[in-house]
Amino acid sequence: MKPAPFEYHAPETVEDACGLLAEYGDEAKVLAGGQSLVPMLALRLTRFEHLVDVNRVGELGGFARENGTLVVQAATRQRVMEREALVAAAAPLLARATPLIGHFQIRNRGTVGGSLAHADPASEYPAVAVALGAELELARRGGARRRVAADDFFVGTWTTTAEPDELLVAARFPVWPERSGFAIEEVARRHGDFALAGVACAVSAGRAGIALFGVGSTPIRARAAEEAWVAGAAPDEVAEAAVRELDPPTDVHATASTRVRIARHLVERAVVRAQEELRAAG
Amino acid sequence: MLPVEMAVNGERRRGVVEPRLTLADYLREHCALTGTHLGCEHGVCGACTVLLDGEAVRACLMFAVQAEGGDVTTIEGLGGPDGALSTVQDAFREEHGLQCGFCTPGFVVSVTALLRENPQPTEIEIREALSGNLCRCTGYQGIISAVERAAGAAQ
Repeated sequence: MKPAPFEYHAPETVEDACGLLAEYGDEAKVLAGGQSLVPMLALRLTRFEHLVDVNRVGELGGFARENGTLVVQAATRQRVMEREALVAAAAPLLARATPLIGHFQIRNRGTVGGSLAHADPASEYPAVAVALGAELELARRGGARRRVAADDFFVGTWTTTAEPDELLVAARFPVWPERSGFAIEEVARRHGDFALAGVACAVSAGRAGIALFGVGSTPIRARAAEEAWVAGAAPDEVAEAAVRELDPPTDVHATASTRVRIARHLVERAVVRAQEELRAAG
Repeated sequence: MLPVEMAVNGERRRGVVEPRLTLADYLREHCALTGTHLGCEHGVCGACTVLLDGEAVRACLMFAVQAEGGDVTTIEGLGGPDGALSTVQDAFREEHGLQCGFCTPGFVVSVTALLRENPQPTEIEIREALSGNLCRCTGYQGIISAVERAAGAAQ
């Protein structure tokens, strides 16, 4: 028993969960899959007086395609994203990113919303959300809801624009056109490790999305590279544009310059693959 | 302290626990099922892997109270009631898939879950599936052979 003591709450509705967050504010933390939070508690990197477990909130589980959007409820397990044909059809990038997260035992517990709200800069889902142009839906007590573009949601390492009394309830991934191409590429020391660098990208007629991860404090949208890609630039030119202003961290795993070189290579490869898929789609 | 009730290896278990008690500690200390091993206690080594409602999970990364109403299977629940080894356990023995044995319960549970979902995995699929369990003795080759043997035996 390593975590510091906390009071445990297991609400069964979004309203009750939001009520607890409103009541306890900074002293409360949402417990979703727990695959990042529980280690941090066990190592005592953090502690909270109250944990609000959302695993019993039925309305936070599941996913549905609504017109042009794949709506994934926040506490849906990551494992569902790699198993369901509907997800693979509506958001191929989301499905393909999932096996790269941790290990299958982790994905059996880990949730889509938990990964997004945790906002680890090396994690896959935030980059997928940015590349696809997803929106995050937040709820607070009293039924108020707001939607935040993924571009505006991630503001720093483990930091988002969600307020302490707000609960992430859903991620809304736009369904890209039938004729699109997608790719996600990353380099990790071993399968399941945090990526040293990675990129998620999407392309369709007149539109491209590129988001890098593991190379900054948030997922990094490569707008100049997107514009170059749409304008018909070659993959190596797109890659060059994507890494031009990168300033990644140096740590025990890789130096900044290594990360840039890896990122450049990965962007080029991802762009080639996405482009091939787009071409094959007609 | 909170009451908790779950099925462990088919048996109803009731307890009263601190919320911060992990499922792994609950199994070991309250249920006396010490086959579930604890290595790192922060989700890296995989030694504490158990099945929760049939899915392999890290028992150190959830709290016992979260398993309320759940169906847990530990390494003790995988063999036959007479102590007979499961197909996976037998394959580990045959292929020298263990040495000191510390990591073995986690591996056996993970492999059991893998083969239920994917009865004929390729070697790459096996290696990926095993990536969440650490072994410091075998060099993994014996373990991979054991998975291949178990998959073959089940065919």
